[in-house]
Amino acid sequence: MNPDKPTAAAAAFKELKERAGAQLTQLTHDKTVIMVGTATCGCAAGALEVLQTFKDEVKKRNLGCAVIEVGCMGHCYAEPMVIIRKPNSPGVCYAHVNPVIAERLVNEYILGENPCPEFVLAAFEPNDILPSFQDFPRSRYEQKIILQNCGHIEPTKIEHYIVAGGYIALAKALEASPENIIEEVEKSGLRGRGGAGFSTGQKWRLCRQSPGNTKYVICNADEGDPGAFIDRALLESDPHSVIEGMIIAAYAIGARTGYIYVRAEYPLAVERLEIALKQAKKLNLTGAHILGSDFCFNIHLFKGSGAFVCGEETALIASLEGHAGMPHHRPPYPTTHGLHGKPTIVNNVKTLAYVRHIINNGADWFAGIGTKKSPGTAVFALAGKIVNTGLVEVPMGTTLRQIIYDVGSGIPGGKQFKAVQIGGPSGGCLPESALDLPVDFNSLKEAGAIMGSGGMVVLDEDDCMVEMARYFLEFTQRESCGKCTFCRLGTKQMLEILTEFTFGKGRIEDLDNLERLAEEVKAGSLCALGRTAPNPILTTLRYFRQEYEDHIRLGKCPALMCQHLIAYYILPDKCERSCDACIGSCTVEAISPNKKRIKVIDQTQCVKCGTCLKACPPQYNAIVKLTPPSEVPNDNSKLKNQISKPQIKSKN
Amino acid sequence: MTIPEPEKSLEEQNRIIQEAGQILSGFSRKRESLIPILQQVQSRLGYLPREAMTTIAEYLKVPAIDVYGVVTFYNQFRLNPPGRHSIRVCLGTACHMKGGYITLDAWKRRLKINPRETTPDREFDLDTVACVGCCTMAPVTVVDNKPEAQVEPTKVDGILLAFGHPVDTKDKEKSESR
Ligand SMILES: Cc1cc2nc3c(=O)[nH]c(=O)nc-3n(C[C@H](O)[C@H](O)[C@H](O)COP(=O)(O)O)c2cc1C
Ligand code: FES
Repeated sequence: MNPDKPTAAAAAFKELKERAGAQLTQLTHDKTVIMVGTATCGCAAGALEVLQTFKDEVKKRNLGCAVIEVGCMGHCYAEPMVIIRKPNSPGVCYAHVNPVIAERLVNEYILGENPCPEFVLAAFEPNDILPSFQDFPRSRYEQKIILQNCGHIEPTKIEHYIVAGGYIALAKALEASPENIIEEVEKSGLRGRGGAGFSTGQKWRLCRQSPGNTKYVICNADEGDPGAFIDRALLESDPHSVIEGMIIAAYAIGARTGYIYVRAEYPLAVERLEIALKQAKKLNLTGAHILGSDFCFNIHLFKGSGAFVCGEETALIASLEGHAGMPHHRPPYPTTHGLHGKPTIVNNVKTLAYVRHIINNGADWFAGIGTKKSPGTAVFALAGKIVNTGLVEVPMGTTLRQIIYDVGSGIPGGKQFKAVQIGGPSGGCLPESALDLPVDFNSLKEAGAIMGSGGMVVLDEDDCMVEMARYFLEFTQRESCGKCTFCRLGTKQMLEILTEFTFGKGRIEDLDNLERLAEEVKAGSLCALGRTAPNPILTTLRYFRQEYEDHIRLGKCPALMCQHLIAYYILPDKCERSCDACIGSCTVEAISPNKKRIKVIDQTQCVKCGTCLKACPPQYNAIVKLTPPSEVPNDNSKLKNQISKPQIKSKN
Repeated sequence: MTIPEPEKSLEEQNRIIQEAGQILSGFSRKRESLIPILQQVQSRLGYLPREAMTTIAEYLKVPAIDVYGVVTFYNQFRLNPPGRHSIRVCLGTACHMKGGYITLDAWKRRLKINPRETTPDREFDLDTVACVGCCTMAPVTVVDNKPEAQVEPTKVDGILLAFGHPVDTKDKEKSESR
């Protein structure tokens, strides 16, 4: 890159940036800025009502504050979240805001001086009054690169992105040769975040070297893992970072057309992308002669139609061409024969979002983060039995224990950790003993899971591993496109065996059959959907075989989850005669009092929904789950079989 | 009970063909337009009637069976008119583990239909979705596009009552879980 020669692109960008800066200053300078997080997680928790309250109050009292919508900061457990920035004060972030709290914040903090510490999550800058994010234990581990802007800028305003340092990398890239860009990305060691972890630089080089003038860039935003929401959060919170990465990728490989293939179930991401693409075009960041250079590139948005397999790159391409999304055999790879038979790169949303940071800060900077073989950060969507659900970004090599306990604050309700599921339907369940594993592409693979999409679901003692495996197999079996026999019939067969187990049926030999079948489906399937579908089975068999055996041999579900292997029972000694809470709660009228007004569940009517167990007041705590169901005493007076104690678990 | 596509009057059929035609005129006659066309037609008509599919096939000059093949491949497309209210139970990993399957059972029991079906009075559609991104509020049910938090069996009854739908707790006809 030649700094001596200011090119057209640099000059054009400088002007653009100045204009954006001026526009933004006009909007926010010397004003209190109220930012409401309105990504899907926020909206679902009621952020739109909060937003409206602030808007109404500001208007009603003529406050002259700027009220803007931002994306997701990753603290999804604390939604709806609001950030208030008063001039000359640290920015303050509030959690669980509702319209009533919003009104109070206006009265007391915006009009007054009281920052209402009782609603504060944290302040952004260290100060004497409020706790700051730097005090959180998680801040020791977190390093935000691609999530940097999320929740801090207005995703529907390109000026905000530009002022925050956006599109500088593009201007810089346009001054360099495409060859240089590829070299830089290759040297950084960036590996694709869509699942397989293939070197991004190498992929780009292969595509650039493929003969032909027509090439394509595709951004894979089909995020199909039913437990991951990182790509969505990124597109809703910072769409331009992905677009910028795409433009740079197109410049590097020599493409003039790009597609973003976005999942249909993400309406807000689609909406914000549409706006972002329009703005980029208007400022000539896409289109003809980008920033006055010779480079031309257009991006189209393509909405998927709900098929998990379309996340696989060859299936995605078939879908873009207007066909059913069935994968085909590779090679040939898309880098030589992709969309319409032309050389094509398919990159994940996150992968593309890293690109601008690498161009801005250099390959060595990126390579210095994380581990040698997996440089950079890992982004996970934390969900399940964990206190701080949401997004985390940590350097590769951070251990699972640090992520779950230090960043995620551990398991709620004093429960025992049991397993962590990583990588969704293609990944695996890792037990306690794997918690000190440093997370990167290679270590996870060795343990039997995969990095995959970044979904991380934490499971506790109440979660059954057999059921977990069955759940994922049900998913992959349904989503199998049916093209190859191993996947089509193999997943079906494995699902049938697992379903038997959850009913307490099956023979112990089935465990070996299942394992063999899983290995064969893994080896024989056409695409990675089939090749990875057995992972949930193989890892649970590897780490939790005893639990399978209990299901088969004893008809017991130790986690008390499998509905056919449990029964709800009211302990007569604990049942309070005057209380009818369970009767009222039962959705199928299966509970009635006996002559002594002790409540009894009619086991033939019970649908095992667990509502009564939650309804039973904690001071009585009379309802328990029993496994196997035959443990329910016949005469309803005492527990049968006192010698071999049945497994009982009540709530708490 | 999935309701078969209703008998349509000639008038109705013509209206469908006309509406599909309006949408088609905005697209080039290329195969890759197929999915965007189907999406737009469905968002206008609520589903993909046979007449619309044949009109699309003629326009793109592809066999009608190809159009049908694509429509049935993707989960999003539907061949029947939708019900008045859409009930979509999240069965993403987090919701499933927090009892989404119990919630689904409750919906099935009350509405007496299976996922991807419509009640005979066309009031409700039942379906499942994979993670709508509010795992903190698991188990989630998306009711008419609004995610509802912690939808457990009692809340199912509450939602139905709010719609004025009678809830029959004496209902012995148990739905098999999954
Ligand atoms: C069944 C299946 C589903 C996939 N789903 C996704 C997805 O949702 N998002 C994604 O980026 N990659 C997905 N992939 C991986 C893609 O095939 C491809 O490897 C990836 O988009 C390449 O991007 P990257 O090099 O940036 O990782 C999936 C693969 C398979 C086999
Ligand atoms: S799993 Fe249901 S919202 Fe995420």
